[in-house]
Amino acid sequence: MIKKKKLLSGPYLVWTVAFIVIPLLLIVYYGFTNEAGSLTLENIMNMGTPENMKALWLALLLSLISTVLCLILAYPLAMILSNTKANATGLIVMIFIIPMWMNFLLRTLAWQTLLEKNGVINIALKFLGLPSLNIINTPYAIVLGMVYNFLPFMLLPIYNSLIKIDRNVINAAKDLGANEFQTFCKITFPLSLPGVISGITMVFVPSLTTFVISDLLGGSKILLIGNVIEQKFKQGSNWNTGSGLSLVLMLFILVSMAIMQKYDKDGEGAAF
Amino acid sequence: MKKLIVLSLAGVLAVGTLAGCTKIEKPEDTKAAAEETDNAGSTEAEKTGSDTTEVVETSASAETAASAKKENSGEVVVYNWGEYLDPDVIDLFEEETGIKVVYEEFETNEIMYPKVAAGAISYDVICPSDYMIQKMIENNLLQELNYENIPNIENIDEEYLKWSEEFDPGNKYSVPYCWGTVGILYNTSMVDEPVESWDILWDEKYKDNILMQDSVRDAMMVSLKKLGYSMNTTSEEEVAAATDALIEEKPLVQAYVIDQVRDKMIGEEAALGVIYSGEAIYTQRENENLEYVIPKEGSNLWIDSWVIPKNAQNKENAEAFINFLCRADIALKNFEYITYSTPNKAARDLIEDEEIKNSTIAFPTSDMLANCETYQFLGDDTDEMYNNYWNKVKAS
Amino acid sequence: MKKACSRIYMFLIFVLLYAPILTLIVLSFNASKTRAKWGGWSVKWYISLFENSAIMDALYNTLIIAVLSATIATLLGLTAALSLNQMRKRRRTLIMGIINIPMLNAEIVTGISLMLVFIALGNFMTNFGYTIQFGFWTVLIGHITFNLPYVVLSIMPKLKQINFSTYEAALDLGASHALAFRKVILPDIMPGVLSGFLLAFTLSLDDFVITHFVKGPGFETLSTKIYTEVRKGIKPEMYALSTLLFISVLVLLLIVNVKPKEKKKQAV
Repeated sequence: MIKKKKLLSGPYLVWTVAFIVIPLLLIVYYGFTNEAGSLTLENIMNMGTPENMKALWLALLLSLISTVLCLILAYPLAMILSNTKANATGLIVMIFIIPMWMNFLLRTLAWQTLLEKNGVINIALKFLGLPSLNIINTPYAIVLGMVYNFLPFMLLPIYNSLIKIDRNVINAAKDLGANEFQTFCKITFPLSLPGVISGITMVFVPSLTTFVISDLLGGSKILLIGNVIEQKFKQGSNWNTGSGLSLVLMLFILVSMAIMQKYDKDGEGAAF
Repeated sequence: MKKLIVLSLAGVLAVGTLAGCTKIEKPEDTKAAAEETDNAGSTEAEKTGSDTTEVVETSASAETAASAKKENSGEVVVYNWGEYLDPDVIDLFEEETGIKVVYEEFETNEIMYPKVAAGAISYDVICPSDYMIQKMIENNLLQELNYENIPNIENIDEEYLKWSEEFDPGNKYSVPYCWGTVGILYNTSMVDEPVESWDILWDEKYKDNILMQDSVRDAMMVSLKKLGYSMNTTSEEEVAAATDALIEEKPLVQAYVIDQVRDKMIGEEAALGVIYSGEAIYTQRENENLEYVIPKEGSNLWIDSWVIPKNAQNKENAEAFINFLCRADIALKNFEYITYSTPNKAARDLIEDEEIKNSTIAFPTSDMLANCETYQFLGDDTDEMYNNYWNKVKAS
Repeated sequence: MKKACSRIYMFLIFVLLYAPILTLIVLSFNASKTRAKWGGWSVKWYISLFENSAIMDALYNTLIIAVLSATIATLLGLTAALSLNQMRKRRRTLIMGIINIPMLNAEIVTGISLMLVFIALGNFMTNFGYTIQFGFWTVLIGHITFNLPYVVLSIMPKLKQINFSTYEAALDLGASHALAFRKVILPDIMPGVLSGFLLAFTLSLDDFVITHFVKGPGFETLSTKIYTEVRKGIKPEMYALSTLLFISVLVLLLIVNVKPKEKKKQAV
């Protein structure tokens, strides 16, 4: 039995070494050397400049807000969905996933059309005699874009862990006199925690590193750390500094994941 | 059961990784590809009922490709700006020469450069802009052209070849393809006063109604020119002053964009936008209120030219391709499709629409270009300085 | 009351998710070439779509890469999750950490680092008379790599919830490993496996950054094609294609979901 399990781990170990570990080592190499190839800490220290600190801070703030909003929006939805009759859920869950099958860039561009000064929403508001909505090219639009794009990543894992909960446990709690709120706090939420943690990871990380959303919906006026790194690679073709910055960013993500791990007492979390 | 999974996975892996590398001479593959194009072609021919000759030709050329050696594989790998060539021109070229075109597009010079410099892919012919060509020459990435294979070069106006010498002394490496200026596009229904200076982009009146270019050199150019400096300055002081001006302007800017200026100006999202002259012709067609001007302080005069990288596999085909694009009728066809000014004087003579032929947007007079400059590659260190200052603007 | 509330809530999220999609669908019928101007209704982009072989090729590449990478990543991720689950915690944390790297890293870094590896591998292989062609296979490998953590993340919570004593009981009762796995474990983790596959498929369809760095000349997916088009404005054919894709997925979904019901009725 144990031997077989070990065998099973073979292919993906090979895969991870070839296409994850070695590429990462290359990035570490670039991050700690300069163009001449000699060792330096300059690339790492580059994160300390006021501009980059601001971009990092803003990225952390916006992705945190987006993650919380996603959780607040997705959790009730996942609960509603998990309570729907069995044969309809598949369909309903899919309905919340298929928007993802329209191309990401096109969908985000479509938000531009919706939010612009003379955009669809403002024309509708004008028609109704309401004041216009001016959030395009502001951080609000970026948060909207993040929530919109990553909501399904929060929904799916939470939904998955919710439908797994044994109804009898919940019924037992109710029989023992717990009200709805107590049942939720003591039973449903703790049992769905692995899904919540997965969801948070899946939303927080891509929103922290995105550069496309801030470009398209923020009018490139708001610089996030993802934009900085992208610019290092793209505009300056400066792989060394870019690598150094992404190493620091990775560190940030690892630390926040470790903090999350703390809250997930039993080590049941699916994040790591 | 589990063992089976492991085995089959290992199999998939092995096939996957091994098939990633094809032996250099592997005729079966190309043959299969030829059969495929043949099949695809014939179904298409059944539909249209007229394409038969082309089908025979493509499959024939593919088969010769299969039997021939690498040096003479009958294809040309083109790396060009997005939407910068009429697709019909590719078809015509393939039809006439039997050379198969493998076509790829890039978005900015800066995205193109690392891909070529890394040498992962051997492109045969690329279309970078002036300063990038200079950088590529300095970094020894280009090879000299053999003008015996490009007789149509005589169609190119001498004037543009002279400009090209600024970044390619002796015209050894590049053949001009498109050129133009950068200027202000404004909406006459939203701007009452005459627009003639970059200063209007700093006017409080147009808060949230200004679109700026989202690239280092273009944004800095606006600010440097406004302050009366050269856009190729290497003085840190001048760049810092330009940066301060851009930071001062930022609250007035609606968005920093590249090509979306076009859609946003047509949709009347903004009153003023910094735009490439080639886009101006198109936007005017869609919205009559739009007007284009080259500010009096001067601006960027740019040229995109065809070059052949050092590691090109099909140099002669690449030259045949460049030569084809220099033909008057082909250059005209391209001009009509992409609306960027052509340096091809024979093509310009063929333009039937007098309004476009004499349009000062497409073909500005030399006094309009009095203060204009061409970008130069300023060296990696100065590039880095520009980038850092630009980041300050973006982060402010 | 509660039901009405949940209905309204679902409807609101539904609107949020579908507003941009509706916009794209409407734009696909716009006779004008730019999204900024409404030129009246027209179906001409649908006609020119099918004549546009570049877009059709990109569609084919996108679909085949999505199906293959999602399938392989799911199988690979399943074996990974199964063996991870058996490991001691410290080792598991380490390996999960490694698997998660593509997800934690900025996409552009993953893309560039993969490109660097392929170049290095290519240089190495040249010594033996082989070359690495950037294109289908490099893109496929890239997509499998970044899909892997999402698949493992989807399956792991399911595995955690499984009580392995049931599996051992099955073994004690004489079932083979394979049978016990198929009858006891697989049904329980199937939702996780499916959602992992779905996520992988969706991510692969959408990926732009990584594809951009590991693709070769002449190999385009829809994302890379759209991104190059951003320079000159999206071609309306793209809106038409997205609309068609969207509608076909919707129809497929309805068919799949309606069929089992009919069977049930017949059975009754």
